[in-house]
Amino acid sequence: MMGFFQFGINSLAALMDIPMQPPVASSIAEGVDQLYLLLTGITLFFSVLIFSIIFYFMIKYRRRSEGEVPPETHSSLFLELAWTIIPSLMCVVLFVWSSSLYIRNARPPAASTEIFVIGKQWMWHIQHPEGPREINELHVPIGVPVKLTMTSQDVIHDFYIPAFRVKKDVLPGRYSSLWFQPTQTGTFHLFCAQYCGTNHSEMIGWVYVMTPTDYAAWLAGGEKTESMAQQGERLFSQFGCGSCHTPEAGGRAPSLVGLYGKPQKLQSGETRVVDEALIRQAILVPNTVRIGNFEPIMPTYQGQIDEEQMLQLIAYVKSLGSAERTNGQ
Amino acid sequence: MSTGQEIPAESGVNYLNANYGIKSWLLTFDHKRIGLLYLVSITIMFIVGGMAAVLMRLHLVEPQGALFEPETYNKMFSTHGIIMVFFFLVPSIPATLGNFLIPLMIGARDVAFPKLNLLSWYVFITGAALALFATLSGGVDTGWTFYPPYSSLYSHSNVTVVALGVFIAGFSSILTGLNFIVTIHKMRAPGMTWFRLPLFIWAMYATSLIFVLGTPVIAITVFLLGLERVLHVGIFDPSVGGDPLLFQHLFWFYSHPAVYIMILPGMGVVSELVTAFSRKKIFGYSFVAFSSLSIAVISFVVWGHHMFVTGQSIYAGLVFSVLSFLVAIPSAVKVFNWTATLYRGSISYQAPMLYALGFVGLFTIGGLTGLFLASLATDVHLNGTYFIVAHFHYVMVGGAVMAFMGGIHFWWPKITGRMYPDYWARIAAAIVFVGFNLTFFPQFILGYAGMPRRYAIYPAEFQVLNVMSSAGASILGIGYLIPLIYLTWSMRYGKPAGRNPWGAKGLEWTTLSPPPTENFEEIPIVTEDAYNYPVAGGTRV
Ligand code: HEC
Ligand code: HEM
Ligand SMILES: [Cu+2]
Ligand SMILES: [Cu+2]
Repeated sequence: MMGFFQFGINSLAALMDIPMQPPVASSIAEGVDQLYLLLTGITLFFSVLIFSIIFYFMIKYRRRSEGEVPPETHSSLFLELAWTIIPSLMCVVLFVWSSSLYIRNARPPAASTEIFVIGKQWMWHIQHPEGPREINELHVPIGVPVKLTMTSQDVIHDFYIPAFRVKKDVLPGRYSSLWFQPTQTGTFHLFCAQYCGTNHSEMIGWVYVMTPTDYAAWLAGGEKTESMAQQGERLFSQFGCGSCHTPEAGGRAPSLVGLYGKPQKLQSGETRVVDEALIRQAILVPNTVRIGNFEPIMPTYQGQIDEEQMLQLIAYVKSLGSAERTNGQ
Repeated sequence: MSTGQEIPAESGVNYLNANYGIKSWLLTFDHKRIGLLYLVSITIMFIVGGMAAVLMRLHLVEPQGALFEPETYNKMFSTHGIIMVFFFLVPSIPATLGNFLIPLMIGARDVAFPKLNLLSWYVFITGAALALFATLSGGVDTGWTFYPPYSSLYSHSNVTVVALGVFIAGFSSILTGLNFIVTIHKMRAPGMTWFRLPLFIWAMYATSLIFVLGTPVIAITVFLLGLERVLHVGIFDPSVGGDPLLFQHLFWFYSHPAVYIMILPGMGVVSELVTAFSRKKIFGYSFVAFSSLSIAVISFVVWGHHMFVTGQSIYAGLVFSVLSFLVAIPSAVKVFNWTATLYRGSISYQAPMLYALGFVGLFTIGGLTGLFLASLATDVHLNGTYFIVAHFHYVMVGGAVMAFMGGIHFWWPKITGRMYPDYWARIAAAIVFVGFNLTFFPQFILGYAGMPRRYAIYPAEFQVLNVMSSAGASILGIGYLIPLIYLTWSMRYGKPAGRNPWGAKGLEWTTLSPPPTENFEEIPIVTEDAYNYPVAGGTRV
């Protein structure tokens, strides 16, 4: 029934050249569409119900003479309870369905390909760990989970790919993340969905979903660039981090080897797992994440390191995580 | 009508002709005149906001934008939203019909604090004048939501002046709310117990509570915004040590309840209209009354549903989602009770009833589409798209504005003492209904198809739906213009209305039209429940 109905609507829309839904191009899109269809069904059912009852009453009980006085009807506790409880039960079903879908989609799988996004008025900077950068374009491989780590250089933006049914605010001063697994090759819209000033509607671009081989070729093509971690390593020495954070510095500062992802006990007593946010905080406002018995000598780099360099430094620190990559220390 | 009321002598002294001259209006303490002062002010605001809307829709006929630079378009939707929300819809029913009707409906001679009442109007027009001034002298481009850090440290438009206007207008809401609460507690006529109150009064009471409890929060919020913008105190922008989401929490803590400030009074009006035009007691009086109160209470704890995609924690998301579903239930209860009130009624279809039924239908759609947004998984896709625009217009325009129009048509004979041509009024109501749906229904589809809101230009595949929406907007515009004409006409040329032209229950219909300055010749004594039809005379069938 429902399917037939949808078929009817879709063919009509196709005739009139009206887009009824975005392409279904990610692993979660179908689930979201099913929930959407259920909600549409509920909306149609109740709207039709209310409209037809009203029309029926309008005709059946129209006033026939001026002096007419209708019979009394009495309120009914049964009805009141019925139309409180039935919608409540429906809401419970909707809540459970939508929330479980949401929870399932909320966390990226551990083995996701990472890509970094910086939003700024009015363009999207994309940076791949392997080095390539893009503006307002995002190339991704089909069939593998992709995790975006995003931040903004100025105001709040929002990264929105309708075909994947994903969207997340991109905020200044913090990292937000979003993930998806493309299921269809092709070119899809990328929009900014949080009003961000004059050219908000031009902060748009394209997502290219490619086969793994095409993607590998795309990464390898173009001019040769250093990886993000290599760029971070250069920054690390350029900003003098190495004068403290290396074994040669004689323990003035903690070693950063194997730091990423480990639970770190702070002087405040709190224990935090080291992630992008904590590294960022350590670099910008070091005195808020004091650890161990080190002298508070780390200078703040507020205003000296831009968002792109920050991501590269973080990539470098992360690259120190795996034991075999502790080169150069 | 055949209800056997005498027509008052044309020469009778009433609140309109008791004294003349501009001063007698600008310095009046009469709640009825103050209601009319508000009516004139918000009508002007509605016209300004409406013109911005029509221009926006014209612009969007073409994907590249037909009329303006993006910057101008942004100022247009900001002006439209700010004016429609803070300077039209929030004060609309409470400050006009509420002011006019509360004392009349509860059998009092005025509100509790008449001077405060006049003061609140002056406060309101000060705020409104500032906002209009800011719009004309360069405009504001932040949207009505004023999200920082854009609004605090990036926008080059007149944010501070507009924020000040909103701040000031807020005090007028607080004063009005206080006044109504005290009036309803203290000034009821003998025999007018709480459960004999018309449901319009219950709705006004719930609204006033939100005014008093919620408005201070928005006042503080825009004040903090001003501090950051003018003095660069770091509150919201992380580059100066602030928290960008703090503003959104504070803003929606007020602005979600404000959505109910806009809709609850409409629900109250519709309860009056549905009963009067079907000559029935409301079905489930106490359920309708308490659903208003529970909506007022729950509305304070659902603000996080505006922030599902900001990166708030999964748990916060779940809590706000379940609470948002909860607030849908009392709204559904009301719709069912209004519908059941029609059952075995004696239904007539003058213009106010058409608006009321239009309200029930459109509010049903508006409410049900809210479920899409309370559901986390679908909200992620729909948030920030035209689906949102469609949803809130169904609730605010299809709901609140329809009810406002219905209420104005219903009590117009009481307010002016004259009838308007019902024929034209019914045509206008039908045009509004058709135009509204044509304007906003396509926007649901646009939103699902992925078109973000606040876009001055858009990808070409969305054009057909946008053109439909714009066509609808011009029909809707005409639908709103017609009443302006015949209502103005009727003030002079309309048939005298008599005390009770609709044969409706309620104390306001027992006094003259227009009422004398002191409302009642004698304070009435109430001996029956609300909506105890029939009005004296008439026979049961
Ligand atoms: C003057 C010495 C010095 C310099 C230069 C310095 N740091 Fe540090 N850093 C420290 C000390 C000391 C700590 C320990 C924090 C504390 O307890 O105050 C620290 C802590 C950190 C931490 C947190 C480590 C943990 O275990 O949580 C990170 C990450 C970090 N630094 C990165 C950097 C980077 C990147 C640079 C260069 C941009 C840098 N540091 C430059 C001295 C320094
Ligand atoms: C004449 C009928 C109306 C039309 C054609 C219309 C049209 C529009 C359009 C095109 C937008 C901009 C969407 C966007 O770019 O995001 C908009 C936004 C809005 N409208 Fe209306 N509107 C109308 C009436 C109203 C009324 C009566 C109200 C309130 C009472 C209202 C409240 C709003 C609000 C709050 C916004 C959001 C502004 C923002 O995003 O900052 N509109 N409207
Ligand atoms: Cu944007
Ligand atoms: Cu809300």
